[in-house]
Amino acid sequence: MRIDCHHVWDHLSLYIDGDVEAELRAEIDRHLEHCEICSAVMDSTRNVVVLMADERVFEIPAGYSERLHERLEAMLKREPPQ
Amino acid sequence: MGLTAQTTRGDGSFADPAVATIARILAGETQLFHELIRPVERSVYVMLLMLLRNEADAEDAAQEAMIKVYRNLHAFRGEARFSTWVISIARNEGLTRLKKQQRRAEDSLEVDPEEKSGDFTPAMLTDWREVPLEALERKELGGQIQRAIAGLPKIYRDVVELRDIEELDVQETADMLGVTAGTVKVRLHRARLMLQKELVPVLQKQAPARRGIFGWRI
Repeated sequence: MRIDCHHVWDHLSLYIDGDVEAELRAEIDRHLEHCEICSAVMDSTRNVVVLMADERVFEIPAGYSERLHERLEAMLKREPPQ
Repeated sequence: MGLTAQTTRGDGSFADPAVATIARILAGETQLFHELIRPVERSVYVMLLMLLRNEADAEDAAQEAMIKVYRNLHAFRGEARFSTWVISIARNEGLTRLKKQQRRAEDSLEVDPEEKSGDFTPAMLTDWREVPLEALERKELGGQIQRAIAGLPKIYRDVVELRDIEELDVQETADMLGVTAGTVKVRLHRARLMLQKELVPVLQKQAPARRGIFGWRI
């Protein structure tokens, strides 16, 4: 089976998640070796996925944790567990 | 044993260590609740910020959600991961608030993109220089990524939030959204392509400059 660029894009996300069968993965790998467009598309998409998962994308407001635990502490003092 | 360590059951499966901690809390060691929720408090806030799009609302909803977690601890049976269970409670809290606000939600007026034959093709490029995680130290980049996610149609934003940000697995995401695992995979695929298209021009400006052998930019 020979696959084209569209075929690779169709499986981009599953490939990144390691969710494609071995045979298809091997085909995609072979395609990526000689197709610079698909390689760049794959690398950039993977880069986006990795960046999104980083904690620094979403900044937590200063004092969030302290305020949360203060409120919880007040609750724990008045409410026994159910 | 730490609160986050996993214990192995006799059958080789993993038990969520939260189960043991919860039993102690229910038996009266209530102070352990602080430690129980510390590992998930960040995820809860981020989930609610993405839903409510307002920092103060997200923080208030996070506090309410954690109170609900405490009041419902007896109902946690360890069938799901504790963190997933907490996130589902937080998500319900956020969705209830959204409904109450009865704001003219753009989302409800959105045409379901799955009804359309959308163009889910990536941005074409011939070379990609990896953007290192350190680039996120520049707050501008994090903001751009946040805006790109916020700009996705809701059905795609939901899967990105749960899979790529909260890092739930496909089945957990499907259960939380009430869709099949296959639907999660299709939506995630499309969402990632949309984000790639949107973010590649932004990220290319962030990539470290290529340097020649004498350290000059080329």
